[in-house]
Parts: sequence; C-alpha cells; structure tokens
Amino acid sequence: MNLHLEKNNGYSIIFVEEERIDAHNSGELKEYILHLIEQGEIQLIVQLEQVRFIDSSGLGALLSGHKNAALKSGKLVLTHVQKQVMSMFEITRLNSVFEIYTDLNDVFNNAM
Amino acid sequence: MNASAIQVEVIIPTQTKYLDLIGSIGEHLAKKVHDFCGDQEKLAYQLNLVLTEATANAIKHTAPIPSLQTVKIVITIENTELIIKVYDHGQGFDLDAVPIPDFDQHKESGMGLFFIRSIMDFVSYTKLDDCNVLEMRKALQPCSHD
Repeated sequence: MNLHLEKNNGYSIIFVEEERIDAHNSGELKEYILHLIEQGEIQLIVQLEQVRFIDSSGLGALLSGHKNAALKSGKLVLTHVQKQVMSMFEITRLNSVFEIYTDLNDVFNNAM
Repeated sequence: MNASAIQVEVIIPTQTKYLDLIGSIGEHLAKKVHDFCGDQEKLAYQLNLVLTEATANAIKHTAPIPSLQTVKIVITIENTELIIKVYDHGQGFDLDAVPIPDFDQHKESGMGLFFIRSIMDFVSYTKLDDCNVLEMRKALQPCSHD
C-alpha cells in the first residue's frame, strides 16, 4: 500500500496514496497506524484525497486507529473525504465517531 | 436472456488482489445499464461495494483445499433487474444468524453483510452439492417514458 507520512503542526499526517482501501490493503493500513501509535505518535491525520473507494475492512482499519489513539489520549482525524466515501461513514454513523475536516488547514485551525 | 441483457461471468483465485478487478467490473457495468434513470455514479459505487464485500467474504471463508481455491462471480442485468451470484467452496454460514451491526457500539468488523443487505433488495445464501451461492438481487429504477 502506498502511504506517505509527513509531520506538521504537531500532527503525523498519513497520506493514503491509493484509490481503494479494501480487504487487500486495509490490514497494512491498520498495522501502519498502530505502529505509529505505539511509537507515541498519537495526533494523527489521515488524508484521504486520493481514496475514492472504501469497504467495510477499510472503515474497520480507520476505526481501529481511532480507538487506539483515543486509548492513549490522542486522536485520529480525517481530511479530504470524497463524496462516495463519505456516504460510507454516514450509512454506518461513523461520521459521528470521527472528526472529519475539509483539509489540513481546517484541522490546524479548528481541531481541539 | 433477451438481446439487451448483459451477463458477465468471472472466476478468480481466492486472493484479495483481485477485489479491485471485480469491483471495477461492477462499476463499468453500472455505467452500461440502459434505461436506468437513477444516480449512475451511486449505482457504480454500490455495485463495486457489493461485489467487493461478497467476494472478500467468499475468499475469507474458502476451504483450504488447493483444487477449490476459486470464487465464481456471475453478474446479470436483464430488463430492470440486477442479479449477482457469488459461488464459494467454504463451509458456508447461516445468513439469518449474522447480526445487524450496533452503530452505537461500533466494531471493526461485521459491516460487510450490512452493506450488502442495505444496497440489495433480496439476499440469500444457499448450500449446493459442491459449493455455496450468495445470491443478491436489486430492482433498477427504470426511466419513465411518458
């Protein structure tokens, strides 16, 4: 899976450089996020601009990261969620679990 | 089948790297449906999702026997009905025993069949002599020709 990590404003920003997150690569995303959290990087942004498809396993990987960051008093937020991907968060009500921001500046300016 | 019907049959090895291929076939087919006046982009995503979830489930539960390491997918669009059949060689499961996810207590798994049931009008899982078949049907919104 193509993932790119940058650090900015105290956040670790994971750029998911894939069009799909599905059962083929979601395990890798989950492990990557958990590894960052274990290393103490608990302020996480997952940037989903390139992702135009996500399945149940992809949602599960992000949820795992969200829960584990919260367990360490950190947070995992999302940005650049595309229209059809957003519908997946809405149908599962995960949009009420995740903080979802328009872009990185929206996080930097508004995330508590 | 009538002359305007579409049927696609694909057999893949039980490897998740083929999910992209199966999902893409669904997306392309959704854009080829004649006489459909609903949201074509939405239908494309839904077909991608249903095929991805159903195929991933079949791969996950396949029997550990080399000669049975395949999943067959048959997609038919005829008149205003979409029919998807996914054949697996696993031990099978009881569709009625799969719970609806509790969205007040989110869990990391168990959402796949929920998506399939939400999108499709009819879902059944049947054990045949040498395999199982997950059958899913959806009525497509036809155009009004008034």
